[in-house]
Amino acid sequence: MKSILQKLKLNFTSPFWVTAIPFGWLLLFFLIPFLIVLKISFSDLRFGLPPYAPLTEWTSEGLLIIKINLTNYTFIGTDSLYLFAYLDSLTIALLGTIGCLFIGYPMAYGIAKASPSKRTILLMLVILPFWTSFLLRVYAWIGILSPQGYINTLFINLGLISTPFPLIDNTFATVLGIIYCYLPFMILPLYAFLEKIDYALLEAAYDLGARPFQAFIRIIWPLSRPGVIAGSLLVFIPAVGEFVIPELLGGSQTLMIGKVIWNEFFTNRVWPIAAALAVIMLVFLILPIAIFQRYQEQQVRFLDAK
Amino acid sequence: MQNKLSPFLKTVMIFGYAFLYLPILTLIIFSFNSSRQVTVWQGFSTQWYTTLLQDKALIKSLWISLQVATSAATLAVILGTLAAISLIRFGRFKGRGFFGILTTAPMVMPEVITGLSLLLLFVGLEQIIGWPRGRGIFTITLAHTTLCMAYVTIVVRGRLADMDISLEEAALDLGARPIKVFTAIILPIIFPALLSGWLLAFALSLDDLVIASFVAGPGSSTLPMVIFSSIRFGITPQINALATLIITTVAIGVMIAGWLMHRKK
Repeated sequence: MKSILQKLKLNFTSPFWVTAIPFGWLLLFFLIPFLIVLKISFSDLRFGLPPYAPLTEWTSEGLLIIKINLTNYTFIGTDSLYLFAYLDSLTIALLGTIGCLFIGYPMAYGIAKASPSKRTILLMLVILPFWTSFLLRVYAWIGILSPQGYINTLFINLGLISTPFPLIDNTFATVLGIIYCYLPFMILPLYAFLEKIDYALLEAAYDLGARPFQAFIRIIWPLSRPGVIAGSLLVFIPAVGEFVIPELLGGSQTLMIGKVIWNEFFTNRVWPIAAALAVIMLVFLILPIAIFQRYQEQQVRFLDAK
Repeated sequence: MQNKLSPFLKTVMIFGYAFLYLPILTLIIFSFNSSRQVTVWQGFSTQWYTTLLQDKALIKSLWISLQVATSAATLAVILGTLAAISLIRFGRFKGRGFFGILTTAPMVMPEVITGLSLLLLFVGLEQIIGWPRGRGIFTITLAHTTLCMAYVTIVVRGRLADMDISLEEAALDLGARPIKVFTAIILPIIFPALLSGWLLAFALSLDDLVIASFVAGPGSSTLPMVIFSSIRFGITPQINALATLIITTVAIGVMIAGWLMHRKK
């Protein structure tokens, strides 16, 4: 029995199985689902469960017909609401990424330059919010920004304003929420690169008469660029598809695509449209994801070489 | 390199940390407010903690979330470790590049797409082979495992790459079987990575709203789903109390972890 098992490579410690098990899992639960989304995005809407028609059909003559229709895509193309949702998503994600970079870069730089004992604490403080509930961190901002929120209550009590500032249910609140929630994702990769820099280079530049700004642009910035790229992509890619933040802070006027897909799926129950919207979003994100993947591979190769 | 921080950097750091922590602080302070109106302070009270503990739907969803997170994290650690070993130790096998991309892709994929695609998979599978029957805790666990194994793979992969390979080679040369090499040499060395990978996976699963909403079925609402449906319509002090409990638990956990790591050094 044992020898047969060994012949069949059914020994679960053989390299084959070590790779095949996780690979098989990812094929079944990650790759194939996408192909299904792609398939359903080409199928007709139908009432019933599931709410889409099959792509293939046997005719009475025994012929297999494959019906690919582009109705869902042309429908999306003709309704400007979807176009605005995509544009909004990309703009908001971009603004959020820039905001994270502006706050995150000096913070990461400050952490990298702190003494080792302080550095551990400062890093821990950046990671800590990440471990608490994402949903509740967004929720905290409702209390701060809403018309009856802390900021408006404070200003009204001080007699500075009589009607509350429109701080919530707009693009501003959504971008703020994205910066707040994704800041750790920007700081950590930036820190990883800023920490590795040999700061003697900076001293040398100063000795040679460089001004601080010049030294920064010519030395620190280029050396930290991989961190900037990694951090920006780690913020930008998930932010494009964000649902929770625009739903809770963006109000009805902020239509990010993640929210639109959610509504088409859960409220309007038009699965083929939701699938087609997801496919288009993925097309937008293919390039950033590919860059991120390449960066990841380089990182690992660097680790391998060590 | 220990220059003094410039005033500019110091200001940004203070501002940055205030930005990260002030919102959390307001959550905690107002969980002790006696008024139902969350934004006006009316005196100290712990009544919201009492109502929280009496909320049956919330407690039930907490149990579901803990169940899902425990099994998803455990499965993710097993699968992620196997994936990391394949990627770091098996050289350049056929399809390695593709496998590498597949292992990290779930990490950056927008949750809406992952959730939607997994639901369509489960619906399709049920139609064709009748499995999985309906959706609920089981399907959420499968979905979370897929998401979390990406993170575990990255954590374990880093640790394996740092590890001195000559130890394994020596053991193999001395005639140890691969499984023995794994349990006696690799496992103890990568154990800290497995632990932090497990905790990370556990936290991610406990936190996920979007993917769970897609693949959940009737009666399997997770904690984030219950929180979401109650905060959608504004602020309730009870949720502040819950947030305070979660933050305290996490902070204590992180402090213990930090203390353990410090002691080890």
